[in-house]
Amino acid sequence: MVDLKVKIGNLEFKNPVMAASGTCGFAEELADFYDVSELGAIFLKGTTLRNRAGNDYPRMAETPSGMLNAVGLQNKGADYFIETIYPRIKDIDTHLIVNVNGSTIDEYIELTEKINELGKIPAIELNISCPNVKEGGMAFGISCPSAEAVVREVRKVYDKTLIVKLSPNVTDIAEIARAVEGQGADSVSLVNTFLGMAIDSEKRTPLLSTITGGLSGPAIKPIALRMVWQVARAVKIPVIGIGGIMNTQDAIEFMLAGATAIQVGTAIFKDPFTPLKIIQGIQEYLNRHGFDSVSGIIINKLQM
Amino acid sequence: MKKAVNDFLVIENRALNATNYLIRLLSPEPLPAIYPGQFVNVGINDSSEVFLRRPFSIFEVDYENNTLGLVVKILGKGSKKLSEAATGSSISLIYPLGKGFSQPARADKILLIGGGSGVAPILFLAKTANTPAENVNILIGAKSAGDHIGIEDYRQYGATHFTTEDGSLGVKGFVTQHPLFAEEITGFDKIYACGPDPMMRAVAKMAQEKGIFCEVSLENLMACGFGVCLCCIEPTVKGNLCVCTDGPVFNINSLKW
Ligand SMILES: Cc1cc2nc3c(=O)[nH]c(=O)nc-3n(C[C@H](O)[C@H](O)[C@H](O)COP(=O)(O)OP(=O)(O)OC[C@H]3O[C@@H](n4cnc5c(N)ncnc54)[C@H](O)[C@@H]3O)c2cc1C
Ligand SMILES: Cc1cc2nc3c(=O)[nH]c(=O)nc-3n(C[C@H](O)[C@H](O)[C@H](O)COP(=O)(O)O)c2cc1C
Ligand code: FES
Repeated sequence: MVDLKVKIGNLEFKNPVMAASGTCGFAEELADFYDVSELGAIFLKGTTLRNRAGNDYPRMAETPSGMLNAVGLQNKGADYFIETIYPRIKDIDTHLIVNVNGSTIDEYIELTEKINELGKIPAIELNISCPNVKEGGMAFGISCPSAEAVVREVRKVYDKTLIVKLSPNVTDIAEIARAVEGQGADSVSLVNTFLGMAIDSEKRTPLLSTITGGLSGPAIKPIALRMVWQVARAVKIPVIGIGGIMNTQDAIEFMLAGATAIQVGTAIFKDPFTPLKIIQGIQEYLNRHGFDSVSGIIINKLQM
Repeated sequence: MKKAVNDFLVIENRALNATNYLIRLLSPEPLPAIYPGQFVNVGINDSSEVFLRRPFSIFEVDYENNTLGLVVKILGKGSKKLSEAATGSSISLIYPLGKGFSQPARADKILLIGGGSGVAPILFLAKTANTPAENVNILIGAKSAGDHIGIEDYRQYGATHFTTEDGSLGVKGFVTQHPLFAEEITGFDKIYACGPDPMMRAVAKMAQEKGIFCEVSLENLMACGFGVCLCCIEPTVKGNLCVCTDGPVFNINSLKW
């Protein structure tokens, strides 16, 4: 048996294959298919302090090799999560990570403090990269001063593992990564979706109610891979690679580019078993290439 | 585990008319209990153009032979590809998805309304409802006679009526223009409908006015089909609900129509 364990901050994960926020609900929906404790971690659906209805329908448009979404962080708010969802999922035997969102720094802080009280949530993913909300969200993630400010303030109230999710909608993502590392982030995850748009030429209307939305899926993979590589060279903290990962080969590519772990997102919609298949595929890959642990490929990452 | 992903074998793919196909699929495993209104999310052979799965209602289930039937109407590129599926090829399904129609009581007088590809769940309900045929009316709407799928067999499950927009079969007009609505509608205890949005809204409006119990099966755009993406939402009195998990069948009183 090869060793698949990886470490991020002080946390050890049983394997590097994780389910991305917004693509695995609150874990229960995936548990209809299989034992989700086999996953390296589960990044829960983006949560905000208060209830959010999200954007109007239509919120989704298929695009070549991918899709646009404009969900807009629909969720029932922190108290509902804490009182109703958390008790149902807290005993799942893998790391459950809350994706923390806010429209102001105070909201990020208040939500983080509430989540901090939950014994079975060992980490948060600070989402400063949602392209589908009018206030906050991505606005925090596209300039160094605002990214630094939100990470600095959240770090003050949160001692557990702090992962910051970066937006690809920037000129220099490595610069943002360095900025949040400087404020004490334990890890960065990237990428969130790319701002995009689609139009129905026959009906002469936009396909999304919000006109623009976030692009995900294999269409973004080469750009995401490049960004992970750039960030991994720029920071010392572990990087979690995300963006169009559909299979084992994609996952290995991200790890060779410098990712300690990866998240599977849109691929789950096509096949909810994708993360499990990748876990098995990584094992086979390691055997085939003579590594006895997954850290082998991460350390052997491309010397470029 | 309540849901599964499996490769099914195409054992039959038959054109019902110019745009509708009946596809029968053999399950590799014993099928779970499946109810009218539930659907499958179908993997269309990978291409960059058709990236996501496509949802289709279950039209029939044969537990003895472990087969499922789908009625596929060609709308765009995905359904076109699916309609070309060769016998002997395999197709990936995620199933069973969604919550089906409520089961009518034996004594209920029910009206089942299907329009376009919405006939699939409606005819499945006609077949499986434990309501005797004399209490069942089936009303099928289409653009023209050529768009009707062969459903002769369904007469045994209830009185069958047709409307076509061009009058080439049955009553000319939309389903809500059928005399059933003008004369006898209050005689029904329950109405079940699936079809194009404007049709269901028109039916819902009539049912609401007369205070008749009515369920509709929605066909919102979906990415996942099993409740994780929150793309398929419908505004309801309980807020935005997922059509794929909270529906696709909704009581009209819970919708904001
Ligand atoms: C729960 C459910 C059950 C369904 N059951 C059946 C069934 O039994 N038989 C059947 O033939 N179809 C059914 N449908 C509809 C079917 O899923 C779509 O026709 C199919 O996804 C279209 O894919 P396509 O690639 O052919 O079209 P695309 O190329 O994706 O689209 C063609 C055009 O149609 C529009 N469109 C596509 N899907 C929808 C939609 N759902 N609502 C509104 N506009 C849309 C697109 O925006 C585009 O303009 C069902 C849908 C749902 C959600
Ligand atoms: C429908 C949908 C909803 C999403 N919701 C969230 C969210 O709530 N929080 C978040 O940080 N990212 C969210 N994302 C972004 C994904 O987590 C991921 O970063 C992105 O989709 C790129 O990865 P992929 O190509 O593998 O999907 C969402 C993506 C999709 C497609
Ligand atoms: S289609 Fe994904 S939640 Fe309904």
